[in-house]
Amino acid sequence: MINFGYSISTTRVVNLDNCDFDKLHQLEALVPSFKRCMNCGACTATCSAQQFTSFNIRKIKSLYQQAQYDKLSKELEKCMLCGKCTLVCPRGLNLRPIIMNMRKILNTK
Amino acid sequence: MPYYFHPFVLPFVLGTIFLFGICIWKYVRWFKQFDRLQRAVIRKNIISWKFIGAIWESFREGILHIRISRKNLILGYMHRSIAFGWFLLIVVGFIESHLTPTVDGSHPFWMAIFYRYFFPSHTDFPGSFVLTTIMDCLLIYVLSGILLAVIKKIYSRALGMKKATKHVVFDRFAKTALWCIFPFRLLSEALSANIYHNGGFFTQFVGDLFPLDFALTFEMTSWTLYSIALGTFFVALPFSRYMHIFTEIVLIFFREWGVRDKHERTGYTMYELSACSRCGMCIDNCPLNKELDINNVQSVYFLRDLRYKKNRPEISDNCLMCARCASDCPVNIDLMAIRQQERNKYEQDTVGNYHYLDNVQPFNAIGRIGYFGGCMSHLTPTISESMKAIFEAAGQRYWFMDEDRSICCGRPLLQQGYNNQAADLRRKVTELIKKSKITMLVTSCPICYQTFKKDYKLNIPVIHHTEYINKLIQAGRIKVRMDDLRTVYHDPCELGRGCGIYKEPRQVLQATTHLVKAKQEGENSLCCGINLGDTLIDIDQQKKIRDAAVDNLMYKHPDMIATACPMCKKAFVHSTTLPVKDIAEIVRENLISK
Repeated sequence: MINFGYSISTTRVVNLDNCDFDKLHQLEALVPSFKRCMNCGACTATCSAQQFTSFNIRKIKSLYQQAQYDKLSKELEKCMLCGKCTLVCPRGLNLRPIIMNMRKILNTK
Repeated sequence: MPYYFHPFVLPFVLGTIFLFGICIWKYVRWFKQFDRLQRAVIRKNIISWKFIGAIWESFREGILHIRISRKNLILGYMHRSIAFGWFLLIVVGFIESHLTPTVDGSHPFWMAIFYRYFFPSHTDFPGSFVLTTIMDCLLIYVLSGILLAVIKKIYSRALGMKKATKHVVFDRFAKTALWCIFPFRLLSEALSANIYHNGGFFTQFVGDLFPLDFALTFEMTSWTLYSIALGTFFVALPFSRYMHIFTEIVLIFFREWGVRDKHERTGYTMYELSACSRCGMCIDNCPLNKELDINNVQSVYFLRDLRYKKNRPEISDNCLMCARCASDCPVNIDLMAIRQQERNKYEQDTVGNYHYLDNVQPFNAIGRIGYFGGCMSHLTPTISESMKAIFEAAGQRYWFMDEDRSICCGRPLLQQGYNNQAADLRRKVTELIKKSKITMLVTSCPICYQTFKKDYKLNIPVIHHTEYINKLIQAGRIKVRMDDLRTVYHDPCELGRGCGIYKEPRQVLQATTHLVKAKQEGENSLCCGINLGDTLIDIDQQKKIRDAAVDNLMYKHPDMIATACPMCKKAFVHSTTLPVKDIAEIVRENLISK
């Protein structure tokens, strides 16, 4: 294989038919406002943790929605729970409980 | 067999022995659960003036119920008449029975309770008539309280309570026993008075209403029922809400000696749980009850569920932590601390999550004061801009700790029960502050302010920016002019009830603008609704609470709303057409440049 200095990136297609959405439904039942999200990213832009490290709450939300739970638990621990995201959310999502419940659901086996 | 004995006294005697046995057993068990620091503080203060203070306080609160009277006069009278009246009945009854000459010289403790039975003939000793009259007055006093309690049960609004506590079955059982005691006492003494003519003005009057046959037939039954009512109440007491009668007094002693709640539950919390009388004063003013009609989460129900080990996260998490109930609580239980303890997240409360903060370098700020805007001030940048202008006008060198990037103070985590994670953040922020060598810390956010004051150990003064501005104005370091607006001040929960800062913001506002009153303010101010305490209510419910808070501020039709918390400001701006400003902004606008 010739090294071009770059390679074909691995596919990021997620086959939703093979995913287990139990945890998503669990979260939606606990915090119904989760469904209102329009992925605008205001939360991520204002995030306190994001200013120090690569913490992206919007990305976490998307991955969670696609049932890609690996590594999320570790990532969520970076949140300082300060609540700025909740205050800026234009769709009125209750983001702190979403994060707290994600932590809880992902940690319970 | 003692001379002054009859089998009917047994329910009372056994009940009393059981009551004190259980109480002592419980108290010893809880005391063993105190942690090391709590015991140390008791050892330090046990023999001091605080002991006298505790005796005075337990008389005031345990018996006279002064605090409850301040909130509601009739309710205070009801509690006082039962507690103080009963207390005096015991004291005067004890004196009366000990002054009475007895056949065998003995004075068993039940003699005072069943005095008129054991001394059928008029006893003649100096003062006996006075004592009999006093005893009758006291009985009327207690009965008036019981009557009010019955009225409250039927129609609580008559006593100024919109909602009374919904009690569990066992509590109602104990209450019925309590309500039976004094009517039965009256009946028994009256019937005895009818037969032997040994009553006071009241018992004799009531007794003469009955025919003699009736009195002869039912005298014994009545005394027995009186004894059974007492015995039943005493047996039920340690397991019902009436455990507060003794526990409140023990709690007052511990509190006066300096014991406080910890982040985890200790024996002290157990005393607090049992000291709650479930009076329900916390229900009416709870914003969740008032605006959202959620009425199963208030402190009274929360403490009850906790005591009977039935607590659920839906109850402990559903609270704004505005501390309005704590300011209403006549027993002064630290309700917020207990709520926080119960939110403990244990297994999810992992340590070492915030390694990314290790890269934050300390700043050398010798000779400056520190300014901590807090996360929320980043959403209301005019506050920190105004503070900068004020620092400059005062010629104060400062270091804006979180100008670019804000580290959270840790209180939001702590409030939700992530104790370890909050401690992690506190360690980091403390390290930054200590290494910077600042001499004072000014903060704009009451949430941060509270935790800096209570949970951090910084060894430098920590003040809120309203206190700081007040000091600047009083020292003449900044000059301000008066504007012609009528301004109402909203007390943020965390600053007012949380830290007791009511005076300073008002002094600043009086120097810069015309301060008008809100309908409820100071300790009774309302929560702005958009806060970090509650994770269960959604945005629409929060907005309802916010609108109620704005209505409360509109009482005198002000031109401007002033507050001292970035979150309250953020909450109000969307709900009113009036300008909503932080005190720092108002001062900056009215600065006279030198």
